[in-house]
Amino acid sequence: MKNKEYVEYVSARSKKSPILMNAVRAFLIGGAICSLGQAIFEFYSVFNSDIKETQSLVSLTLIAIAIILTGIGIFDNIARVAGAGTLVPITGFANAVASSAVDTKSEGFVMGVGAKIFSISGPVILFGTFSGVIYGVIYYICSLIWG
Amino acid sequence: MLDIIINCLIAFLVGGAFCVIAQVLIDKTKLTPARILVFYVCLGVFLTAIGAYSPLVDIAGCGATVPLTGFGYAIANGVKTAIDEQGPLGILTGGLTGTAGGITAALCLGLVVSLIFKSKPKR
Repeated sequence: MKNKEYVEYVSARSKKSPILMNAVRAFLIGGAICSLGQAIFEFYSVFNSDIKETQSLVSLTLIAIAIILTGIGIFDNIARVAGAGTLVPITGFANAVASSAVDTKSEGFVMGVGAKIFSISGPVILFGTFSGVIYGVIYYICSLIWG
Repeated sequence: MLDIIINCLIAFLVGGAFCVIAQVLIDKTKLTPARILVFYVCLGVFLTAIGAYSPLVDIAGCGATVPLTGFGYAIANGVKTAIDEQGPLGILTGGLTGTAGGITAALCLGLVVSLIFKSKPKR
């Protein structure tokens, strides 16, 4: 079998990368998480009329749910199907924190859990804060100029 | 009751759209999931800074605040509020103040969960 034939044979046999299916699954599960959040929001708004506060409470609730599901090992099963569907909502951030903590327990609590808990959330916090500071500098200068 | 269902539907569509964009970026480019998260947070700060994200939050509710871009929205909003209240010091204090609840909850619960559960073999 020549090289070219072999390449054709392999590409015919290998599974096509299911980009469309991945996108559909990400849409459905990601959308479901956000609309679950909205449903929790509607429920909380019965008790609290401050919109921003209630939205923060919703994020906290979803974080708690995601971390508990990570602990009992269900989250990974959902994430494998959902891809970006569970990654992009705040659940992905919570899962990244919890799974690094659980996985590095054997390396000790200070340099294992303590350090590695930030392995994915650290970059997010760092670059988020940094871009916030850049925005703050620009916003402050603008507010000095235009009062 | 109807407006609650409509709110949930809009949150579904907008939140789902954020996830689809990320999924296509993961499949089509070399962006790893961690880079996507960083990119989304910075994107959220940027969109809030130019004034595009707050209207989206008004329309989509949790469809805009639950994705990680909403985390960036919380950072930028925190910075803006802090500067309005305390002046230049707010540049440094605002970002983490806006996200303090989420970060602290995730870290503390993560630690508690790591005390209770053992790591499972990855399939």
